[in-house]
Amino acid sequence: MSVIAPKFRLGYLIKGITDNIFWIIVLMTLIGIPVVQIVLIYIDFPVIDGEIWNPFRVFDAMTHPERALPLVKNFMQTDLFKIVAFPGFGFAALIAAAVIFVERKMLAKLQLRVGPFYCGKVEGILQLMGDGLKLISKEIIIPAKADKPIFWAVPVLFAATAGAFVALIPVAPGWVVADIDLGLLAVFAVIGFFPIITVLAGWSSNSKFPFIGGIRALYQMVSFEIPLILSLLGIVMLTGTLNLSEIVESQVNFPWIIFMPIGAIVFFICILAELERIPFDLPEAESEIVAGWLTELSGMMYGLVQLGSYLKLYAFAGLFVVLFLGGWNGPSVFPMEPMAKVITDGIVIMPDALVIKDIPGLPLFAGEMINGTIWFILKTAAVIFFILLPRGVFPRVRIDLLLKIGWYKLIVLAFVNIFIALALVYSGIIGPGGIM
Amino acid sequence: MSSHVYPKEKEIFPGLQLEKVDDRIMTLNVGPQHPGSGHMRIILKVDGDYIVHCDPDPGYVHRGEEKMAEYRNYITNIPHLERPVIHDSCNILYPYCLGVEELLGLEVPERAKYIRVIAAELNRCVYTQYWLAIYGIFLGHSTMFMWPMGDRELVIDLLDKMTGARVTHAYFVPGGVRNDLPPNFEDVCLRQVNYFEKRLKEYADIFYDNPILISRTKDTGILSREDAIKLGTTGSVLRASGVDFDIRKKEPYDVYEELDFQTNVLKEGDSYARSKIPWLDMFESCRIIRDALKKMPKSGSVRVKLKPNPKGGDTEVYRRVESGRGSLGMHIISRGKPQPYRLKISVGSFRNLIAMPHLLTGEMLGNMPAVYWSLNYWPVEADR
Repeated sequence: MSVIAPKFRLGYLIKGITDNIFWIIVLMTLIGIPVVQIVLIYIDFPVIDGEIWNPFRVFDAMTHPERALPLVKNFMQTDLFKIVAFPGFGFAALIAAAVIFVERKMLAKLQLRVGPFYCGKVEGILQLMGDGLKLISKEIIIPAKADKPIFWAVPVLFAATAGAFVALIPVAPGWVVADIDLGLLAVFAVIGFFPIITVLAGWSSNSKFPFIGGIRALYQMVSFEIPLILSLLGIVMLTGTLNLSEIVESQVNFPWIIFMPIGAIVFFICILAELERIPFDLPEAESEIVAGWLTELSGMMYGLVQLGSYLKLYAFAGLFVVLFLGGWNGPSVFPMEPMAKVITDGIVIMPDALVIKDIPGLPLFAGEMINGTIWFILKTAAVIFFILLPRGVFPRVRIDLLLKIGWYKLIVLAFVNIFIALALVYSGIIGPGGIM
Repeated sequence: MSSHVYPKEKEIFPGLQLEKVDDRIMTLNVGPQHPGSGHMRIILKVDGDYIVHCDPDPGYVHRGEEKMAEYRNYITNIPHLERPVIHDSCNILYPYCLGVEELLGLEVPERAKYIRVIAAELNRCVYTQYWLAIYGIFLGHSTMFMWPMGDRELVIDLLDKMTGARVTHAYFVPGGVRNDLPPNFEDVCLRQVNYFEKRLKEYADIFYDNPILISRTKDTGILSREDAIKLGTTGSVLRASGVDFDIRKKEPYDVYEELDFQTNVLKEGDSYARSKIPWLDMFESCRIIRDALKKMPKSGSVRVKLKPNPKGGDTEVYRRVESGRGSLGMHIISRGKPQPYRLKISVGSFRNLIAMPHLLTGEMLGNMPAVYWSLNYWPVEADR
């Protein structure tokens, strides 16, 4: 097929350029400036050189590092930044994207294939973006007899609940979206919300296979929530707190997995069941019930549920790290106060200022925060690897075997774990008032 | 097993009386557009998670192969007769060629007989690997989907060298095979078959010894020895129920009686045994191929020269072979014309399908894929 080049006309070129300029001006004025001002409202303006800064002087300050950096630092301490970017949604979505890529390539290596290969030149690294664009561009089909408001709400609720779960995970000292005293109870509350959404999805599709899938998901999640909660009681007994940040701080010397390996194993198996991953992917068993409760979801509705399930995967892996592997604790791999010196050394800020200055606002991040984040990500990656691995090794279990595992074996093991924790507390080795 | 077990006999819904509806009972149409059905529909009635009635509904890929055969002569029938099972095309042409040879009174050269056996056994491996891959993904084991598909390429390469096509070889012709082996084929074949057998042993580690697989497929869909014979099942289903029946041994054709192999028989008759028999048969296929390569005459003719439009006498013949899915027979009726008067294909898939309602009634819905695909059923072949 030959491609005929369009005839070049100077008039069209000029028209195109002026059109672009026109739209840039319009969009900048109508959207850009209001957005910038909304962002500026959220920042507590610092006092520099005895003057309180207002939004009109901020643009001027952008050119001066010593004035811009305090603004950036202040912005990073707002709730908006925490929710949108670092310990919250953006960070989790980035990890989720990495997980999807690693899952595809790892499974491919396991199964004599190459996985995504062409999209993005380097090992198909942009495949996820292509899939996302495809899902966005697809038509959303709603079954004629579906319960429409609930059907629409399901994907949004699922992604939002997963986001709420992510908000409870402390990543680094002080870096958590919602640092609440009853953090672990909040986690249980959020987990308890997922079965309701799956049942709603199955019920509102008004179709047989989603209905069976929803009921299966309800069985599975309800019967695995009990050992999941019980397996964490030992840690609550030993630390005497429900605050996740305090649980992490209690593991400065040793992670709890050393004392409670049984609890960790039970919790890990419950994670697999809650995440509906192989070998426990009965609610989505494609050879039996098509796609389970996801059958009628199409286009970006399906995409949202997938996003939610990978956010959930990150949150569960993070919870495992926080509770059993010591969270952000780890040997220092990052030097403690590096930023102030490194950046100011030898930088000529003004023509006549040859002296080394301490720029206000530096360092942007505390050293311990970067160190903690590195350790948290490393441990989370390890846990996620072990969550992904069974998909290449195991077939799917049957519903009666699944319930038998949950009710007979895991609950018993969870109680064994609780008695180990009680023994540790009453012997006075560790726990509140213990010798360690 | 749970205490909540339905009676094995179909007293609740005898036959096809689907009108008797209970509030507890839900009807599921598994297929024809369902990831776990193949080209067929299974009408299931489920009470909770238990199947109380099963009604397989094949026929979605009926192509009228038997009628088409009546309008083509004996040679031009070859390419379309292999369409029902393109993965096992040598074996489905085998009874046809044997029958036509008997009809026309042809004597097949010795070397051609060995080449046929090698091609048929390689093709059995190709089919069984494909079947095994789908059995893996039916149970949710994605690695078991990819490994047989990848290792199948080894055998497909060999068949490609032999016949010039990856699938649908049209290699067997009445009176021998279409062309001789390429030079140096014996060494390549021996090397690849040895490597293939080494790979087959690794399947035990990831699939057949997997505790979850064993817990899922052991003691599900048990077909007793008596029922297996009464229902007329063949092939791996029959041998998994403890019946020692292999046409290659009982009614040997071509050179099978001179070759060294054994019949695999398991006594359990459950899904696990039915899934294991084809895998064990692949080791026997490797053994047969090695033996045939050793005993094969190194040179000689591979095809009898045929007349342009051969006519059969006023007789009829029935020949059957052991295909990947059991007994595969062809009944050719000749009325002294270049075309067969009637060609009846009797396939193992359709015979094994008869056991499905018997096995699925009373099972859980989760066992449906495991039992269904363990019957070694190929929908396209069954519909012909």
